[in-house]
Amino acid sequence: MSNLDDFLSPESPTWCPGCGDYTILKCLKEALVTQGLAPHEVMVVSGIGCGSKVPYYLRSNGYDSLHGRALPVAQGIKLANHALKVIVVSGDGDSMGIGGNHFLHAMRRNPDITHIIENNQIYGLTKGQFSPTSPKGFVTSTSPDGSLEAALNPMVLGVAGGATFVSRTFSGDVRHMVETLVRAMKHRGYSVIDVLQPCVTFNKINSFKWYKERVYDVTKSADYRPQDRKWAFAKALEWGEKIPIGVIYEDTSTPTYEDQVQVLQEGPLAERDERERPIHWRVLAGEEKLKRAFC
Amino acid sequence: MITNDMTIKIGGEAGMGVESGGAGLTRALARGGLHVFGFSDFMSRIRGGHNFFQLRAGVSEVFTFAEEVHLLIAFTKDCIERHRHEVAAAGAILYDEALGVDPESMPGRGVLACPVPFSKIAVETGGDPIMANTCAIAAAAGITGYDFERIREVLEENFKKKSEKVAAGNIAVAQAGYRYAKEKYSAGFKYRLQAIGGRKTEDRMILNGNQALAMGAMAAGCKFIAAYPMTPATSIFEFITAHASEYGIVSKQTEDEIAALLFAIGAGHAGLRAMTCTSGGGFCLMVEALGLASMSETPVVVAEVQRVGPSTGFPTRTEQSDLEFAIHASHGESPRIVIAPATVEECFEAGWRAFNLAEKYQCPVIILSDLHLSSHLQSIDKNRLDFSKVKIDRGELLTRGDLEKLRDYKRHLVTDSGVSPRAIPGHPRSVYVTTSDEHNEYGYAVEDAETRNKMMEKRMRKLETAAREDMRPPLLYGDPDADYTFLCWGSVYGSVRESVDLLGKRGVKANVLRFADLWPFPIEKARPFLERARHLVVVENNYTGQLAHLISRCACVEMDTKILKYSGRPFSPEEVIANLREEARIHV
Ligand SMILES: Cc1ncc(C[n+]2csc(CCOP(=O)(O)OP(=O)(O)O)c2C)c(N)n1
Ligand code: SF4
Ligand SMILES: [Mg+2]
Repeated sequence: MSNLDDFLSPESPTWCPGCGDYTILKCLKEALVTQGLAPHEVMVVSGIGCGSKVPYYLRSNGYDSLHGRALPVAQGIKLANHALKVIVVSGDGDSMGIGGNHFLHAMRRNPDITHIIENNQIYGLTKGQFSPTSPKGFVTSTSPDGSLEAALNPMVLGVAGGATFVSRTFSGDVRHMVETLVRAMKHRGYSVIDVLQPCVTFNKINSFKWYKERVYDVTKSADYRPQDRKWAFAKALEWGEKIPIGVIYEDTSTPTYEDQVQVLQEGPLAERDERERPIHWRVLAGEEKLKRAFC
Repeated sequence: MITNDMTIKIGGEAGMGVESGGAGLTRALARGGLHVFGFSDFMSRIRGGHNFFQLRAGVSEVFTFAEEVHLLIAFTKDCIERHRHEVAAAGAILYDEALGVDPESMPGRGVLACPVPFSKIAVETGGDPIMANTCAIAAAAGITGYDFERIREVLEENFKKKSEKVAAGNIAVAQAGYRYAKEKYSAGFKYRLQAIGGRKTEDRMILNGNQALAMGAMAAGCKFIAAYPMTPATSIFEFITAHASEYGIVSKQTEDEIAALLFAIGAGHAGLRAMTCTSGGGFCLMVEALGLASMSETPVVVAEVQRVGPSTGFPTRTEQSDLEFAIHASHGESPRIVIAPATVEECFEAGWRAFNLAEKYQCPVIILSDLHLSSHLQSIDKNRLDFSKVKIDRGELLTRGDLEKLRDYKRHLVTDSGVSPRAIPGHPRSVYVTTSDEHNEYGYAVEDAETRNKMMEKRMRKLETAAREDMRPPLLYGDPDADYTFLCWGSVYGSVRESVDLLGKRGVKANVLRFADLWPFPIEKARPFLERARHLVVVENNYTGQLAHLISRCACVEMDTKILKYSGRPFSPEEVIANLREEARIHV
């Protein structure tokens, strides 16, 4: 068992007052406590951006990597020690701009990793340029006449790309976020959470109010069918006057990547017997065989 | 008669089995107790073009190839055109009769024209024209009088994997080709190959630098490799992957090289000995992650097998042009270690030693190899790759016992050596965060000048410690009291070493200083050697003389002569000597 204090970091957040990232930090801690996870069992990996500062403010194993590169670092960690609960927190730019390729390929692999996309539809840390999720026509310092590019939608990408768990939540709804995070972390496989996270400083359009007027909990709809990929796709495409939040897709039949790696079936590699035996004992035992192949 | 000292060259289009035939012949010779050196020159294409495989056999160890060819085996007219001038007087050209080459058109100089119906025999005896290369290598054994049994053995082992029928077909073709060449041409050919009795066939291995490096990494307990295919590094990845399940290794092909190094960093951070391998182009993509490993003090090994650059360059040709890049790759200033093996045996050692250095200094270690070293085949006595000599040094890695006692853990503790005790994540007492941002001893990002200075100095101090404790001096081969001292690194060594021997025979006293531990450059250990030398001649496969730059800036010693080659082809010993003659104006 753990409690919120276990996750208390000596560092205090440097986010702007009112930033949607505060809610993410708070809900993440609550979700971990809800599951009874302790700090040493959790590994939070982030990229670079405002939202990527989460690992400093949450006491757990943490790795704040490079802009866009949280996913590959996290997957390497997971393969080395799949006993760790690995969580990626990274911005919309991080996840879908500079790190877009990693996102595509993580979906195909289905690692047992939870990926929280802090989607403020802007580049926050670099002070307000349009991001891959900014709508077409969005005016920023680098798009003074309005951006000419269409927005990417993380849920659409998630369902199309083969993520086995696709969801959305909102920084203005703590209860919903905790529930969604818990469900995502309990899912065995790659779970994507698109978090609508207002940037109160640089995104004057997609504010708490703007989202509040539009979001609705899709899990409460009469036709809720998260096992149905076509339904999920239709829901993912909904964006505008009404924006669905909640889990839209959940595939529990696809094995995780780690489940399929034969070497990992005896337990996490990093925790194996190697500490008691020399780490190269297997190869020492196989020396003759390895060499004979060259004779 | 000249016995057991000859060069054989096999050439034809891609897809004709030039390389596989050459490798088979190489193995058959090594099994007869001969020492061999074989390398292939192939184009970046799957079919057509012109490829060749060249092998040199001798009684004692062979470190490089020689230019003069004694037996040319040609699958195409083009091959004869290209290489006939390389054939020595009294050498021979074995070629497919079906090529319809007029024997009168041969180079003269006593070179024998030896048509053999390779494809006819392949079709009539084996039932498949693809077996022409089998016929050809058997004919080579026939004309040189080599023991057929060795050829048969190798064919059987190679083809049995496919089917008994394929093996039997190839052996029948080989028998016919062998007999044909032996009866018709052997008597008139003065070069002989002869198995050396009394040796057990399994005493000698035939392998290339990549295979040795991969085995070295495995012998170090490498448990994780992530990579993206790129010639000439791919075979390291393939070798380890082929053995991954058996030896408890996770192998991951990633979406690109950026991910490859980052996966390895993740695995290294989580406690595994982890590596990636690539060539220059892929290494370019890894540069940002390399800085991350330095900053987060994560042990990781990168095998960078150089090829011709810049950009895509020559994908299948050799160069040594990434030395300065490897030393400096990444923005900012960050510690890394660069070592460059020069021989197949050293590839094995570098393969395991890199992991010790990476864990001891908690930084990236780059093994800089090159295409020629990665792919040439060399015979090595089995006991020379001794796994029991592999030492495992995990540096300041905290044991379970240490972790239980841990209090107030500082992952990036400032120490005299620059190295901080390292805990693998997962223990309640060693919960910490690390980061690419500048950070304090706990791993939290900070921005104050004082901490910045301390942490920067701590990280960079590792280089001083490594230079003092682990970087080795250059290795000297030849008479210490020489008039000419060659300096080199990487695969060039084989030819330079041999040119030292050749020069000695011609009355010129030369030696060679080979640098294997390149960064941090062991200045103090190298200085006595450099000061003692009379005339310094650097030999490198690049345009600018990167080792020369390194020595100049680290030790303030300038070269007297530079021999540089950037055509994508390796140096031969004769070429080194010719260059010395020209550049240094000496008469040899
Ligand atoms: C390679 C690289 N390019 C650019 C940057 C500068 N940079 C830092 S954060 C960032 C954008 C962050 O946007 P996002 O990922 O959406 O995170 P947010 O700050 O909005 O939470 C950029 C461009 C960088 N750190 N590294
Ligand atoms: S700039 Fe935006 S995203 Fe960044 S801390 Fe401020 S409000 Fe949050
Ligand atoms: Mg953003």
